[in-house]
Amino acid sequence: MSILVNKDTKIIVQGFTGKEGTFHAQQCMDYGSKIVGGVTPNKGGQEHLGKPVFNTVAEAIASTGATVSMIFVPPVFVADAVMEAAEAGIELAVIITEGAPVRDMQKAKAYAIKHGMMTIGPNCPGIITAEECKIGIMPGMVFKKGSVGLISKSGTLTYEGANQVCNEGFGISTAVGIGGDPIIGLSYKDLLPMFEADPQTEAIVMIGEIGGDLEIQAAAYIKEHITKPVVAFIAGQTAPAGKRMGHAGAIISGGAGTAKEKMEALEAAGVRVVISPAEIGKAVAEVLSK
Amino acid sequence: MNIHEYQAKQIFAKYGVATPRGIIANTPEQAARNAEELGGDIWVVKAQIHAGGRGLGGGVKLARSKDEVKQLANEILGMNLVTHQTGPEGKLVQKVYIEEGADIVDELYLGIVLDRAKEMPVIMASTEGGMAIEDVAHDSPEKIIKVAVDPAIGFQGFHGRELVFGLGITDKKEQAKFIKLASALYTLYLENDAEMIEINPLIKTTTGDFLALDGKMSFDDSALGRHQDIEDMRDISEEDADEREASQYGLSYISLDGEIGCMVNGAGLAMGTMDTINYMGGTPANFLDVGGNANAQTVAKGFEIILKNPKVKAIFVNIFGGIVRCDRIANGILEATKLTDVNVPVIVRLDGTNAPEAAEILKNANIPNIIVADDLGDGAAKAVAAAKQA
Repeated sequence: MSILVNKDTKIIVQGFTGKEGTFHAQQCMDYGSKIVGGVTPNKGGQEHLGKPVFNTVAEAIASTGATVSMIFVPPVFVADAVMEAAEAGIELAVIITEGAPVRDMQKAKAYAIKHGMMTIGPNCPGIITAEECKIGIMPGMVFKKGSVGLISKSGTLTYEGANQVCNEGFGISTAVGIGGDPIIGLSYKDLLPMFEADPQTEAIVMIGEIGGDLEIQAAAYIKEHITKPVVAFIAGQTAPAGKRMGHAGAIISGGAGTAKEKMEALEAAGVRVVISPAEIGKAVAEVLSK
Repeated sequence: MNIHEYQAKQIFAKYGVATPRGIIANTPEQAARNAEELGGDIWVVKAQIHAGGRGLGGGVKLARSKDEVKQLANEILGMNLVTHQTGPEGKLVQKVYIEEGADIVDELYLGIVLDRAKEMPVIMASTEGGMAIEDVAHDSPEKIIKVAVDPAIGFQGFHGRELVFGLGITDKKEQAKFIKLASALYTLYLENDAEMIEINPLIKTTTGDFLALDGKMSFDDSALGRHQDIEDMRDISEEDADEREASQYGLSYISLDGEIGCMVNGAGLAMGTMDTINYMGGTPANFLDVGGNANAQTVAKGFEIILKNPKVKAIFVNIFGGIVRCDRIANGILEATKLTDVNVPVIVRLDGTNAPEAAEILKNANIPNIIVADDLGDGAAKAVAAAKQA
């Protein structure tokens, strides 16, 4: 078991024939992900990486039965691509593209929800179910199959955390990079219940950062509903207020969204909070050996 | 991206958001001519910098004659204005805005920001105009009226009523004027991909009109590609030169005041590296994300920017290669040692894609001040130790 995606998940790629789409689709296929085709307008009927190319998402679904789309289109086309996927009946869109305007994502997310489509990202590394299915840009070799679920706003901290967990002799069930933009799709509080319900997952690692209040919402959810042990790290304890730290959403504004308030809320919810990301692996080993 | 007050007011004018009349000046003589052109017998001379709190810092002054306008402009132009938002180093004033005086009956606050929890813009209004909204939010949050407006339905009558009743505006004509203003501001916010608009204070005049006495706006950087008119308002002199230079090379750099330079891939890991240095008893000198397309040239540039800071006593390179290949970073470090005089210890942790090849490259290069680290914790500890020895 795992959450959201597994070895049978059929995936299409929107922005399939572009440079990024091509490179990462090939990497995902090499990992074992079932990429069944892709969409690039005006290239319908062609073949790319040995898979069919379609003009529209609707055609791609009709022909391949895909349920998940991995989106690599340029930033200003992201909203269009997401809404097309939602309209066509895709169940989960994984948006890798960085730099989509906030107003576009606001509109696209609202439309996706209306059509019952889940989204991950944008500006994220994607989702991986270890040794089964990689939908995104993460280095697959880091993720060994195991019992720890991981949710992270940061790409490289996802790899860092997963690597430590695997080095401690545990592995990853599913890891989800949710992205660091001000408006994102699935968040901690959406993914936590999935990991709670997943029999393969025995512990959850949650990696957050400054800005917004998703980690605070997560803390409230954990307190009420999560029985599995949770280890958390919040990046940006040393970040200055009012400065955007790389991610569009990583900013302390008006004194709110600090690492301190998030760490305190998580601790109060019974989460094992580490001060340095270097401690994630050890903390997981501790909570799982209790 | 931020713009100046006078630029925000130019945008306000396009949407029918009224402001006092004003003209920008670069010299005291121009300031006096502007006062002449505006007419009247009272003017405000306002320093134009990208920071709030200008009045308290001495950057906004009232003048009762054209000579006084000239004299005040002379004082303010070229001054290093320090406010609670500029930091202790302050900002150089290069332009002043000369504005006609206004009769003020009441001072209000009106702003729009993205409500990240609701995922839609929220209009904020308060009777406590002229004060920092953060302070009002802290001391008397009940005095801030918040109305979230879903762009799918747009600004409706009930949004306007919530605002005016919340503010206690009872005169029907005034209500209509305020609602029209709030609606225009909301349209402006959406159409220009604004990130934040703030009018503080918004004044009510003796005729019951509302005027934006101040104007502050910032925009979504990701959307500037479709707003050339706003991109054209960019004032490079207001931006940090190092941050700007870094961004031209695809690097995201923010300077801090510690001793250990950091070069990391990924924003989250970059913050996590700073936090780990702090946890181990050191101080980070900067945030630096080399991004997903790091190569030898960008890494060399990163070293150059980090080393401009004389406080840096050691550099910690922390890379977890996913898309970024560690061997490229290793070559970049070698390149940097050739291009720049790297005269501080460099602690290098390279993990992930092509890490073994990278280790081989560094070993063969045999550069004395490079210290190899096993993992994040080890690297941070070595960096802190190296900075303390220096």
